[in-house]
Amino acid sequence: MSLHELSLRELGEGLRAKKFSSRELTGHYLGRISQHDKALNSYITVTADRALAQADAADKTLAAGAGGALTGIPLAQKDIFCTSGVRTSCGSKMLDKFIAPYDATIVQKLDAAGMVMLGKANMDEFAMGSSNETSYYGPVKNPWDLERVPGGSSGGSVAAVAAGLAPIATATDTGGSIRQPAALTNLTGIKPTYGRVSRYGMIAFASSLDQAGVVAHSAEDAAVVLQAMSGFDPRDSTSVERPVDDYISGLGASLKGLRIGLPKEYFAEGLDPGARACIEAAIKVFEGLGASVREVSLPSSPLSVPTYYVVAPAEASSNLARFDGVRYGHRAEGVHTLEELYKRSRGEGFGAEVQRRIMIGTYVLSHGYYDAYYLKAQKVRRLIYDDFRRAFGEVDLILGPTAQSVAFKLGDKTDDPVAMYLNDIYTIAANLAGIPAMSLPCGFHQDLPIGMQLMGNFFDEGRMLNAAHQYQQATDFHKRRPQAFA
Amino acid sequence: MNWEAVIGLEVHCQLQTKSKIFSGAATAYGAEPNTQADGVTLGFPGVLPVLNGEALRMAVTFGLAVGAEVAERCVFARKHYFYPDLPKGYQISQYELPIVGKGKLDIELDDGRGGVTHKTIGITRAHMEEDAGKSLHENFSGATGIDLNRAGTPLIEIVSEPDIRTAQEAVAYLKKLHQLVVYLGICDGNMQEGSFRCDANVSVRRKGEPFGTRTETKNVNSFRYVEKAIEYEIQRQIEVIEGGGKIIQETRLFNPDTGETKSMRVKEDANDYRYFPDPDLLPIVCTPEYIAAIRASLPELPEAKRARFERDYGLSPYDAKTLVSSRELAAYYEAVVKASGAEPKLCANWVATNLLGALNKIGQDIDTSPVSADALAGLLKRIADKTISGNGAKEVFEAMLAGEGDADSIIKAKGLVQITDESAIVKAIEEVIAKNPGQLAEYRAGKDKLFGFFVGQAMKATQGKANPDALNRLLKEKLAG
Repeated sequence: MSLHELSLRELGEGLRAKKFSSRELTGHYLGRISQHDKALNSYITVTADRALAQADAADKTLAAGAGGALTGIPLAQKDIFCTSGVRTSCGSKMLDKFIAPYDATIVQKLDAAGMVMLGKANMDEFAMGSSNETSYYGPVKNPWDLERVPGGSSGGSVAAVAAGLAPIATATDTGGSIRQPAALTNLTGIKPTYGRVSRYGMIAFASSLDQAGVVAHSAEDAAVVLQAMSGFDPRDSTSVERPVDDYISGLGASLKGLRIGLPKEYFAEGLDPGARACIEAAIKVFEGLGASVREVSLPSSPLSVPTYYVVAPAEASSNLARFDGVRYGHRAEGVHTLEELYKRSRGEGFGAEVQRRIMIGTYVLSHGYYDAYYLKAQKVRRLIYDDFRRAFGEVDLILGPTAQSVAFKLGDKTDDPVAMYLNDIYTIAANLAGIPAMSLPCGFHQDLPIGMQLMGNFFDEGRMLNAAHQYQQATDFHKRRPQAFA
Repeated sequence: MNWEAVIGLEVHCQLQTKSKIFSGAATAYGAEPNTQADGVTLGFPGVLPVLNGEALRMAVTFGLAVGAEVAERCVFARKHYFYPDLPKGYQISQYELPIVGKGKLDIELDDGRGGVTHKTIGITRAHMEEDAGKSLHENFSGATGIDLNRAGTPLIEIVSEPDIRTAQEAVAYLKKLHQLVVYLGICDGNMQEGSFRCDANVSVRRKGEPFGTRTETKNVNSFRYVEKAIEYEIQRQIEVIEGGGKIIQETRLFNPDTGETKSMRVKEDANDYRYFPDPDLLPIVCTPEYIAAIRASLPELPEAKRARFERDYGLSPYDAKTLVSSRELAAYYEAVVKASGAEPKLCANWVATNLLGALNKIGQDIDTSPVSADALAGLLKRIADKTISGNGAKEVFEAMLAGEGDADSIIKAKGLVQITDESAIVKAIEEVIAKNPGQLAEYRAGKDKLFGFFVGQAMKATQGKANPDALNRLLKEKLAG
């Protein structure tokens, strides 16, 4: 087996047994990036020198018999996380020349764990998109079919991992940006509970919804890195002061007695029959593992998308106000007045989708519209939260589709924002409620991956990861890799 | 016509925390531009605000001191507008749920007949927010410099009810508020540095009519300017209306050079601030225990202190008011009383008149006084035990101010010890009488004016050191024969 086909556990064992060094491993991935990434466009910035320096440091640590499970293992960081001394573009022309002066908390944590950053992964501009077509750096291609999108906004993260250009990658999820692309590229992606992972240094899209997580080849890989990323951060007032469960040691538990709920609203019209068939087969696997299954109802589900498209743009319009061309980022040239500076810098620096969302957000927060839109959306958000509270009174996990179908073709939905927004129909509710959710591979339709979604109660990541792990012990969908990138 | 002004004041009061309201950057005034601007201050991508607990404590302290309800749950909101000295494109403030609710402040006014009248001014609310930076338009050859040192400094904005009717009331309210926040130790009160700033909302109406349209005059940063700006604005509005015009709702700027206000922007141009709760900051919950602990640590407030000074020290209302005007002065006075054991009234005269007069002359404050409370007490002890006379004491005090040492060593060096030994005084008197038989006869024949002559001679004979009371008494006895 080639190095890029090994699991994180196998990589760690190989490093500690000196079968290969971190420098060799890092070199292997850097080689694959230069070989394949022209086709995929999954990285915005490759940090080869920095990676090799980190790899050498990791090798020293390992030679001294020190280090942990992640020491010397490479990863890709989504370009939404500030990385000191390295361009942090957030997929935007606005930040094309922005060198972050500090590290995000999760970057610090993963550096401290000994991980090696290969580079910064492509993404939709400011994480606004479901196909990775809004990036200033061009679209990312799906390794399973280069004519198709990898999903978004974490399209670079998933394409890099799926094609073996990184063993694992960080990602962020505001309305499905980890889970939907994971589903479309045959990966396991987890968005933890809101507040579980620090948002400090993660460029904000919609602060009350944004949460960082990982995309990986398996639940086990995801668990190891999520463990290292999680925890309270005094620099983030919304991070939760509560110990992190031991996700790895929780991976052995039996699923006997596990109660899984199937929300009837998620299996209604709109779900592709091919996707439905894969998910129904997966349910049988869970039953075979000892879980019981029952129908639950999340009656406010149909309100998720409209609610999200009020709340998220409102927060985005505010969060993106700081990009004014004054202190950093794109500044228009040849301006003569302050107003011109603002209008032209922002007009030139932001792409069309970002501008659209700023306008929507500005509108819903405006005097006279606030009550009808923003306040109303907050009330609906509460109803969505109540739905989950009720459901988790009856079941331990909720299972459903991640996306309506397989990956669509590049350009198919770029002219129809509403069709694009409906991509997130199954994923948005978890962000609005703040609960953890993940996607994992459950089959193929027309030779393209299908993902299923698991949602858990607050801080129940451990139970969710174990359910996914048990499923992956019984199936091998997650092991399949795209032929073109063998 | 019977015009009446209706005035409400908005005061921005900088809280004197060491670090900023949402980050660890320093707040000291006067540093090199942008040296106190960290990532949060600069509004870098990805940074997040974390509330400074000390700022919250100070805001709660203020609320309790004005008898207001402190909100069990308050919320920070974002107020949006674009300006280069506002790094994030929004100011973190409070909107619907401020930390401090309705309170009040009692003010005292001259009644014009040498007495005072009292009035209560309602406080609508006070909320926490962050200050903006400064735009510097000079010395940049047409460009604008941005200094973000001040950005993120904690403020409370204190909004009064429209209870104020005259410029004098406005000043009395402001002075009272200023004294209070300084007393509480939550604001340094430095108006020149912008630690305490005032916007005045003014409208006029004929008595009994509903409120007129108001204007807001921004940033009037001294008590005197507030008075002038409000007086100007009242007069201007009356003239506009009497001339058949209408007042438009607008923001005006006071020009201290001309004493006039001029229009800055009309309401229609005003920003839609698009307030909404800041999702980066959770609602602040103040538990009853937290509030009780702050209440228990409140210092004695000026009103209570003044009443106690009148009661316990027997001071006049005037002296008591002077002495409680600052917490430091009151503490100084009490230290003098305690250390000297002298009459509190005598101590009050010395602190309020001699000391403050001298400090004023040399441009010092009570906390930088060259004569400490202990040192002044040392002098007052010698007055009380009659070691020195009142005139001698003044001489000693001057020397103390000049740094010549403590009272006792100065008294000794200058030979100012009074003669209180009556036999010595009697001896001197007898010699004077013996030397001046003619004057004695005239005095005894009824020429009372000559008493002064004998006092002078006897003082001269004792080199001025005789205790004047004793000398007067004994001289009278001897002259009577």
